[in-house]
Amino acid sequence: MNFVAVQMLIGDRAKYLGLIFAVAFSTFLMSHQSTIFAGIMDRTTSQIKDIKDASIWVMDPKTQYFDEVKALTDDDVYRVRGVPGVEWAVPLFKGLPRAKAFDGNFRVVNMMGVDDATLVGAPRDLVLGSPEDLRKPDAVLVDRVGYEFFFPKQPYVLGRTLELNDHRVTIQGIFNSSAPFQNLPVFYARYSQALTYVGRERNLLSFVLVKAQRGLSDSEVCRRIGAATGLDAATSQEFGWQTIRYYVAHTGIPVNFGITIAIALMVGTIVAGQTFYIFTLENLKQFGALKAIGVTNWRITGMILLQALMVGAIGYSIGIAMTAAFFEITKGNLDLRGFVLFWQIAAGTGAVVLFIVMAASLMSIRRVLVLEPAVVFRG
Amino acid sequence: MTHNVQTITHPAVVCRRVTKDFGAGENQVRVLRGVDLDVPFGGMTLLVGPSGCGKTTLLSVVAGLLNASGGEVTVLGEDSRRMSGGEAVRFRRRNIGFVFQQYNLLPALTAAENAAVPLLAAGVPKKKAVAAASDLLSQLGLGERLHALPSQLSGGQQQRVALARALVHGPRLVVCDEPTSALDHETGNAVMELLTNIAVRPDRAVVVVTHDSRVFQFADRIAHMDDGRIVETSGAGSRPFEPVFAGVN
Repeated sequence: MNFVAVQMLIGDRAKYLGLIFAVAFSTFLMSHQSTIFAGIMDRTTSQIKDIKDASIWVMDPKTQYFDEVKALTDDDVYRVRGVPGVEWAVPLFKGLPRAKAFDGNFRVVNMMGVDDATLVGAPRDLVLGSPEDLRKPDAVLVDRVGYEFFFPKQPYVLGRTLELNDHRVTIQGIFNSSAPFQNLPVFYARYSQALTYVGRERNLLSFVLVKAQRGLSDSEVCRRIGAATGLDAATSQEFGWQTIRYYVAHTGIPVNFGITIAIALMVGTIVAGQTFYIFTLENLKQFGALKAIGVTNWRITGMILLQALMVGAIGYSIGIAMTAAFFEITKGNLDLRGFVLFWQIAAGTGAVVLFIVMAASLMSIRRVLVLEPAVVFRG
Repeated sequence: MTHNVQTITHPAVVCRRVTKDFGAGENQVRVLRGVDLDVPFGGMTLLVGPSGCGKTTLLSVVAGLLNASGGEVTVLGEDSRRMSGGEAVRFRRRNIGFVFQQYNLLPALTAAENAAVPLLAAGVPKKKAVAAASDLLSQLGLGERLHALPSQLSGGQQQRVALARALVHGPRLVVCDEPTSALDHETGNAVMELLTNIAVRPDRAVVVVTHDSRVFQFADRIAHMDDGRIVETSGAGSRPFEPVFAGVN
């Protein structure tokens, strides 16, 4: 009877396509918006993830998230180095100076200052140049977004200059960065030099980057640093989630995306449910005939569920393919980089679609189950 | 296929004092008011009468689609009151063929696939079921239209597909509800001739509800109903019931 169920479904071409469209649209909207949301949240941690050399971040205990920093004292680096279990500890500066091109074009940039001696924290994915080039005078490394902003539609060339807080800096490297939350350009300089690019405050040390000694876990070293210095220490992963939690709790972003996803869910369920119900109502005589002929309620329930699952599978496949295609097409765009359809989102959307088609079929199943087969004898 | 020859000593359908009520309390309506009816094997029995007299309700009770409110209904030797819902469904699937007034063919299935539905419902593989249905449709003169959809068939052709669907699984009781009412005179006669020639067998009973007097000529027995009762029985079947000798599977 599975064959009969499938033929009944695809035989009514208009409703079949309507159901597929409803599920595909719903799938696309849910997976697309979820991916954008996850991507934006991921962006809030981009510079934490981009620092590969260290796995522990030490910061002021009241720090809520990456982009809002209260500076530590320079002595804090030495205090952290003195904690048992710390392999090494280096300073990291993070500031938002204004960069200006000589044509007058300017933009606020994310300036990261890495330890002068070790260059720990410097980017590793360079398109041109080398991290070691940071040792050159007035050197900065610039990400592709920054380069293309200041030198639009021009080939990547090293040695070009910009102005930072009345200082002339030279681009000695161009690198790929993860997209930051505000999509600002990212610059790297030596720590000592980076401090000169921002307005002076008494303290300018943003973070201390730490490597745990071999044999000790990051969390254990974090605990020791906290106990010994009174500072907050977190692993890169913990600090990333702390930052994401801040944005979830203190911005309207999740509410905004949540509403869109909820609407997609409701529209998908209502449109699919209504269309499926009408489809069933229009086939009620046929279902009655099948019941009269001797098809059991279980078999009819199975037929309807098969129809629902078929619609769900096809609609989901189309919708998720549209989402994947969207992010595949846009991945080359620098402003949209970093948005990836995670398998968790694809799986979660699949589960929601399963719920949609099951909910859509429930009313139809109920209607058919209570149907008296004798209805087929009433004209 | 082995045929055992045996004597059928009982009618296909026996109804005694059958009542059927719809609704409850003050809204209760009694549609069947003590029906007594015997339907013998080997012939066609017509249930005739004015609209609203209870013909279709009686047919539904006989076919096991409705339970009688009172009285006794024995179909093919089985007491329908003793059957559970599931047993009734299985009993219908094995033993009863249906022909409906509006054909009730599945619009997305071809003629052969529609006729094969009872076999598919019984779990017969699709290829085998469709082959059996195609053979029967060829006997019914639709050998050239096996792959046509119902929308591509005339009313008479659709009713022949419905007839094939009713017979394809070899039922021992065929119930037809107004099989000619949607057809013109000539097509209606053709369908009744097919019904008489192909459906009627010694081991099978055919019950037809109709108010179309043109088809009376095809009946072996006519039961006249009025106001929920059988008021007159005429034709060959009005004679006292005599066992027939039949070959059954």
